[in-house]
Amino acid sequence: MTKQKARYHYTLRLGDHALIQGHRLSEWCSKGPFLEEDLALTNLALDNIGRAQAFLKYAAELEGRDRTEDDLAYKRDERQFYNFLITELPIGDFSFTIAKQLLISVYEYLLFTELSKSSDETIAGISAKTLKEVKYHLTHARDWCYRLGKGTEVSHTKLQNSFNELWMYTGEMFEVYEEDECLISEGIACDASSLKPKWMEMVQTILMDSNITIPNVDYMQTGSNKGIHTEYLGHLLSEVQYLQRAYPDAKW
Amino acid sequence: MDTQLDLWEVFIQSKSGNHHTHAGSVHASDKQMALQNARDIYTRRNEGSSIWVVPTKYITASNSEDADMLFDPAFDKIYRHPTFYIMPEGAKQI
Repeated sequence: MTKQKARYHYTLRLGDHALIQGHRLSEWCSKGPFLEEDLALTNLALDNIGRAQAFLKYAAELEGRDRTEDDLAYKRDERQFYNFLITELPIGDFSFTIAKQLLISVYEYLLFTELSKSSDETIAGISAKTLKEVKYHLTHARDWCYRLGKGTEVSHTKLQNSFNELWMYTGEMFEVYEEDECLISEGIACDASSLKPKWMEMVQTILMDSNITIPNVDYMQTGSNKGIHTEYLGHLLSEVQYLQRAYPDAKW
Repeated sequence: MDTQLDLWEVFIQSKSGNHHTHAGSVHASDKQMALQNARDIYTRRNEGSSIWVVPTKYITASNSEDADMLFDPAFDKIYRHPTFYIMPEGAKQI
């Protein structure tokens, strides 16, 4: 594989994580636990969709096939999406979304701290902007973990169950693919496996402060890098892509 | 049962040096949440550079029945406005 293609794949993955995560968060619109939180969640969704747009636009440029970010978002099939499985899981209850946000935000905080130093100027630029947003996402998720974890018996149990259920989806975030190695050696991409100790330390501290036990799960799900997804992504895409599928090339 | 969280008043400073002006209110269970909710609701379109939140219960408001007593006496005291006074000729600084 050429370096250009590896760079395209890498950027595409960054875009896909944000797109799918953003769409899931947008599903909270009008369903938030109360008005203020409804707005907070949709703000997070917009941050993600903005980030997806930036990364997919750059990916389309790198691909050099005259496609746009919209083509990449709306005209690829399930097997051509590379988002982490954790991002496509249904939103579940509020505690599930919060647990998911925490696991992802800590990772993204570490990832974009590194990527804002990327030798690829576009990736570095998008990452520096993203880092500011992600710091807020992390604070938001962390504070809700404290509240739910130390809240009532019901909120604590729900949050603990959510973390138990999500834990096996965290392994993918630290996978390093062979095609990325030349990008890592040139300082374009980040060696995701190197983020794991710090991620574990930060997550452990927050969970401990929330009276939540670290799940004892060894088995990790994988597959997104090969386009192998859970049963949920296809349903999600059928909604996201409906308009472009029904009315190809429709414009506002 | 009252399922609403506590009410907080939100004051936003549009840019450094300006006053914090009352923007509205939010529901929140603690001060961190109040700040975050205020940020998400009142500064989404770049309106703010600083936020104050104050529990609504700590605000003491004047009573509308006292309005005559409190505010009417100021009606006819035009000499309290700087424009009442004639500027001496030659004064450069107001």
